[in-house]
Amino acid sequence: MTEAINPLAIANPKMSARDVKVFYGAKQAIKGVSIDVDMDHVTAFIGPSGCGKSTFLRTLNRMNDTVASARVEGMITLDGEDIYSPSMDVVQLRARVGMVFQKPNPFPKSIYENIAYGPRIHGLAHAKADLDVVVEKSLRRAGLWEEVKDRLHDSGTALSGGQQQRLCIGRAIAVEPEVILMDEPCSALDPIATAKIEELIHELRGRYAIVIVTHNMQQAARVSQRTAFFHLGDLVEYGVTSDIFTNPTQERTKDYITGRYG
Amino acid sequence: MTGPALFLLLAGLGAIAWVSARARALRLQIVARATGRRDAVHSLPGYHGWYVALWTIAPAILFLAVWANIVPGLVTQAVLADPAAQSLPMDDFYRSAILGEARSIATGAQAGAFNPLAQGLVEPYRAAINKYGVAGAVLAIVLAFAGGAYAFTRVRPDFRARTRVERLVMATLLIASLLAIVTTVGIVASLLWESFRFFSMVNPLDFLFGTKWSPQSAAMGYGNEDAFGAVPLFWGTIFIGAIIAMVVAIPLGLMSAIYLTQYAQPVVRKWMKPTLEMLAGVPTVVYGYFAALTIAPALRDFAVMIGIHGASSESALAAGLVMGVMIIPFVSSMADDSIAAVPQSMRDGSLAMGATTSETIRKVLIPAALPGVVGGVLLAVSRAIGETMIVVMAAGLAANLTLNPFASVTTVTTQIVQLLTGDQEFDSAKTLAAFALGLVLFVVTLLLNIVALRVVKKYREAYE
Repeated sequence: MTEAINPLAIANPKMSARDVKVFYGAKQAIKGVSIDVDMDHVTAFIGPSGCGKSTFLRTLNRMNDTVASARVEGMITLDGEDIYSPSMDVVQLRARVGMVFQKPNPFPKSIYENIAYGPRIHGLAHAKADLDVVVEKSLRRAGLWEEVKDRLHDSGTALSGGQQQRLCIGRAIAVEPEVILMDEPCSALDPIATAKIEELIHELRGRYAIVIVTHNMQQAARVSQRTAFFHLGDLVEYGVTSDIFTNPTQERTKDYITGRYG
Repeated sequence: MTGPALFLLLAGLGAIAWVSARARALRLQIVARATGRRDAVHSLPGYHGWYVALWTIAPAILFLAVWANIVPGLVTQAVLADPAAQSLPMDDFYRSAILGEARSIATGAQAGAFNPLAQGLVEPYRAAINKYGVAGAVLAIVLAFAGGAYAFTRVRPDFRARTRVERLVMATLLIASLLAIVTTVGIVASLLWESFRFFSMVNPLDFLFGTKWSPQSAAMGYGNEDAFGAVPLFWGTIFIGAIIAMVVAIPLGLMSAIYLTQYAQPVVRKWMKPTLEMLAGVPTVVYGYFAALTIAPALRDFAVMIGIHGASSESALAAGLVMGVMIIPFVSSMADDSIAAVPQSMRDGSLAMGATTSETIRKVLIPAALPGVVGGVLLAVSRAIGETMIVVMAAGLAANLTLNPFASVTTVTTQIVQLLTGDQEFDSAKTLAAFALGLVLFVVTLLLNIVALRVVKKYREAYE
């Protein structure tokens, strides 16, 4: 049942999950997943709708806590530290493990305020000058600076969808996370905006551990070096992306990537 | 024939019309089906039934409505033409008094006559009422038959009864909605007209900016001139409704909305929200008791204890506090709606950056929901300043221009009640002042509502 496949033998995983089960009320959404995520590679979670990939992603920064009926079992660690232990400060955890959502969700504030939001609440920058530096750095990393530097005080919601999503990435970067979780970040974007986000993921790789959930197998192949295939709450197969796509070991993986279902 | 019997008869005719038209349409349908054409009859038999029934009843009822309005005039004319009416005095006042008395006896509302002249007119009255009553009933029945027969002849396979009935339903609904609008227009017109009369007696500037309000002084025999400076009233209204009540209602309403939307377990929310909304269903007179009998004396005692002068047993604070409690559900349910309308993704975005729930509420949810909350507050203010019972019972009548919340103040609505209760002559400035006050109140609440709805609408558009 539990397939704790981990052929990569990561010596020093950034995050690691062991036998993680997630329940929504009586319904089990994740049936015991074990996986390691490392710093140097982009990890993609793929699988058909309802397979649990987004649910699992949300356990990594405890966003499932906001769902009253959700319950998580098993162990997840960040740098060896159990993130579900009572001593873990969820607020600090989420500052270290940032998240980008399916639909761009900038706050209805100015572009500047969107980026400054995190640094302000975490006390990362006090003086206006410091904040200006953080905002510029984050926007540059998010590849948005050139496009918005002259209108930092315009509303973030007035940007195009792709720009909004990059603003959200910049917003996540601004709190200097170690891991960035991306939940289908391009599903609401057009192909050009998608290409820009993918390019950005390449640039961010190495600086942050990145986990991306995607529906789009080409996208997984393009942006990731590690791919995990989820099906019906199981982690079916996890391996080097090129292996998964050219030489899957599991029948279900093969069926999925050849378009037999999903 | 009496009214109820006539209506029953018409209803019976309508029922007969419905049954027979339906039966006829059914027969037509069967015949048409026999020829093999499924669509031969356009409408279901029931629609034909309704069509004919409506044609039977509606014209007769409409006729009776008009008839009821013109009959009194006709009856009076008939009576005046009677020889017994020749001896009536020419004076209008006595004349109508006697005629009224005779009518009362004729209809059985009064047993005997004070005025012998009236006694003589009873018989002519009775005869006239009977004559026109029977005439009206006969005409109504004839109309019912005529309408029913006309409609019945139209029951044919290709007749679109369904469409006609639909159109009639629409017309009925339109009339229902127009009635409310017409009533509003009528109220506004009467307010404007009476206010205009008032302002022809009192200078509008004195009314709007004068600080002395004492409309009863001439009538009560002290003072020589009535004073209609409404500023103390406006101030009292604002002090109670827009300041004290809001100081209570805004924080409490907002906080309860935040608790209910963000912190409460679904079970708690399920119970607390309706309970809170029940506050809005408590009759305002009950709040009035509460304010006048419980809160006001307690506040006075408290004020005396801490040594505040001018503390009254009717105080702005008592009325304002209780009104604030009454307004809480308005503020909280508007705030609840607008906080709930902020997309969940906004909240997730903030939480995912490591903000706490309260940081998320303060920095993301409230700013995003602010326009809706402001709209709710404006609506609540307009409700508070129009509120009457609480202030009548707890705020007092003294038109004081004071900042002391323990003192008695009076409000626009309280004064309207004062000016219009009891026997009134409707042409004195004192009575007409009530209409001017009503007009001011109406204009202010209207403006508040317009602004509030604009704000709320604009905000809704931002998220859709």
